[in-house]
Amino acid sequence: MHLHKYEKIWLVFGIASLIVFLSVVGVSAFSQDHTPAGGMETIDPKKVNETAPFDNPGVTQLDDDTYQVAIVALAFGYTAPELKVPVGKEIVFKVTSTDVVHSFTIDNTKVNMMVVPGRITTKSYTFEKPGTYLILCNEYCGTGHHMMYTEIEVYEE
Amino acid sequence: MIAVQDRKLALWNIGVAYAAFLIGTLCGLLQVFIRNDALQLPAWLDYYQILTAHGVLLALIFTTFFIFGFFITGMSKSLGSFGPKVRLFSWVGFWVTLLGTVMATAMIVAGEASVLYTFYAPLKASGFYYVGLALVIIGTWISSFALVGHYRVWRKNNKGQLSPLFAFMTITTIIMWIIACLGVVATVVFQYIPWAFGWTDTIDVELSRTLFWFFGHPLVYFWLLPAYMAWYVIVPKILGVKVFSDSLARLSFVLFILFSIPVGFHHQLTEPGISNFWKFLQVVLTFMVIVPSLMTAFSMFATFEIAGRKNGGKGLFGWFTKLPWKDIRFTSIFIAMAFFIPGGAGGIINASFQLNEVVHNTLWIVGHFHITVGTPVAMTFMGLTFWLIPYLTGRKFTKAMKMLGLVQIITWSIGMLLMSTSQHILGLLGAPRRTAYSGYNNHPSAMEWFDGILTNHVTMAVGGSILFVSAMILIYIVVMTMFLSPKAVEEKDLVDFPMAESDMSRTPKWLENWWIWIGLAVLLIAVAYAIPLSHMIQHAPPGSEGFKTW
Amino acid sequence: MSQENREPEPNLKGTLVSVFIVGLIIIVMWIAVYLMYEAR
Repeated sequence: MHLHKYEKIWLVFGIASLIVFLSVVGVSAFSQDHTPAGGMETIDPKKVNETAPFDNPGVTQLDDDTYQVAIVALAFGYTAPELKVPVGKEIVFKVTSTDVVHSFTIDNTKVNMMVVPGRITTKSYTFEKPGTYLILCNEYCGTGHHMMYTEIEVYEE
Repeated sequence: MIAVQDRKLALWNIGVAYAAFLIGTLCGLLQVFIRNDALQLPAWLDYYQILTAHGVLLALIFTTFFIFGFFITGMSKSLGSFGPKVRLFSWVGFWVTLLGTVMATAMIVAGEASVLYTFYAPLKASGFYYVGLALVIIGTWISSFALVGHYRVWRKNNKGQLSPLFAFMTITTIIMWIIACLGVVATVVFQYIPWAFGWTDTIDVELSRTLFWFFGHPLVYFWLLPAYMAWYVIVPKILGVKVFSDSLARLSFVLFILFSIPVGFHHQLTEPGISNFWKFLQVVLTFMVIVPSLMTAFSMFATFEIAGRKNGGKGLFGWFTKLPWKDIRFTSIFIAMAFFIPGGAGGIINASFQLNEVVHNTLWIVGHFHITVGTPVAMTFMGLTFWLIPYLTGRKFTKAMKMLGLVQIITWSIGMLLMSTSQHILGLLGAPRRTAYSGYNNHPSAMEWFDGILTNHVTMAVGGSILFVSAMILIYIVVMTMFLSPKAVEEKDLVDFPMAESDMSRTPKWLENWWIWIGLAVLLIAVAYAIPLSHMIQHAPPGSEGFKTW
Repeated sequence: MSQENREPEPNLKGTLVSVFIVGLIIIVMWIAVYLMYEAR
């Protein structure tokens, strides 16, 4: 097998670029905790409303700097009363579904979580700017999919 | 000219492909107008029903039938006429695939399957929708095994020889396809069908998604590799040169067997049930599959430069002006390749682990697959159609048709450029995919998305309308060359199958030892999937009942 | 190397420049989205 000299240059350059891309995202993900939404917890999709923390959905303060937001997604909305969280604090979102697959996506943030029945999706995020953010479902879930949204208010302490 | 029975087989496949294309593109037109709030559907028709039909008929059906039409023609040309068994099984495969298509389409039309072409559980369609999809896959397997049989006969009669490049690439694509389909067949046969017919009560949702994406990513390579075959084997002939490097062409194809499958998690980066370690491992493997495409980019430019210099092109880029731009067979494929540059770059972004959070399930993804499968693949197929149908029917590809072909390609490019650019930007702003018209109750954030010069609803609708006009021109060309254009009587009017010469003298024989590649592929799949998949099964939550939310 | 000298290496300067343009497009697009990610 023979490679033209320029093809060698190109492949070395291309593969090196790919390694750089991977290193940048890998280091950022695993050393600075910038991993995408996920989590390994499971839940009975029929018993969501009686299982903690979803038996009491909404905002809970865990400690001085951490808040937890538990959300149940269902066609076509989110059972979340008054979502209000402070700016600059770590917010841990925990979301599950009682019916089909949805998403919990906060506009203009890194929060873009798939919500799978039987599973709890977790994502931790710190808001840097106060304001009212649009939350929407970006996974097709039925006739009302494009109507499925809510809001979260981020306030300054 | 290939045997008349083989031609008939290919023509039926291509005919069904374009019937699906006609309905599928019409659905696309309706979608842009609904999203624009310019069209209200009658009560018996739903946006998501049309969206399901658009996805199934274009992404799954048009591509699959066209690919087999192309494979059948090329295999008959490069390895000789089919024997009676190969021909019989090719027909059986065709009819089974068609039966499955009709079943699935009927369920979509009946409103029993508005679950989109990804059919994520626990949205529960009619059981017959899943049976239809299973038949489509099984049909393609039968057609695939027929072609493998044809290839084996050739190998037996040509012991110790490397097969022609076209046949080699066909077999590569088929091997990848058969392994990839195991995932979707497993979930449809063992999970969806028993559940949809009520034999089981619940379904393990995360497992079904994982098995689907085991298949879902190599599926896109099943579309792309036949386009690459045209780029490697057809384009050099049109340009009057040989294949740039036979061994590198083959190497890039076997790399696709290895790396296109163990990568499905990069479609599941933002979901639960898979740990970050396994997600990232598959991200790394996804980056490996970029390498053969980098090799392909070099081979293509090298082919162009060698051809252009042969025609007198001087200097650094003089060769570029010496390419046969007036030849629609070439220009179409060149534009298709050009679209794949941002298309491929977008794919690298999608697979970049946490960067996926910026784009996942936004309109960016819709833009992405319209400039990958929707143009590089589809426009390559259009470029093939122009000569493939006349070659098979023995009709002329007249001057008028060539002109129309040019108009078709240009309109498709403009329409797609407008629509996909708009979709990419909207997605980066945060606009979700797969939605009917929505402003989220005129939420200011949503209103902002659609405020731009390129990102308003009108741009997308204009793009979509131009695309539809282009699609109809193509249908006209297909009908003309299939049934109505004058027969080619004189030698000079006969349309040829341009298959380039490929110098195999320096190609190592081990490239065609399939067991090496299948073995390595299985090993990589085991590494990437065995542990996370068994964990998923062992730690499964109680399953989900079905929901019909449409 | 002897058997590989049957043909002179073709002049592929334009190809080299072209693929590097492709590489540049990939890198620019990737960095742009990476910066968007960081900004969120």
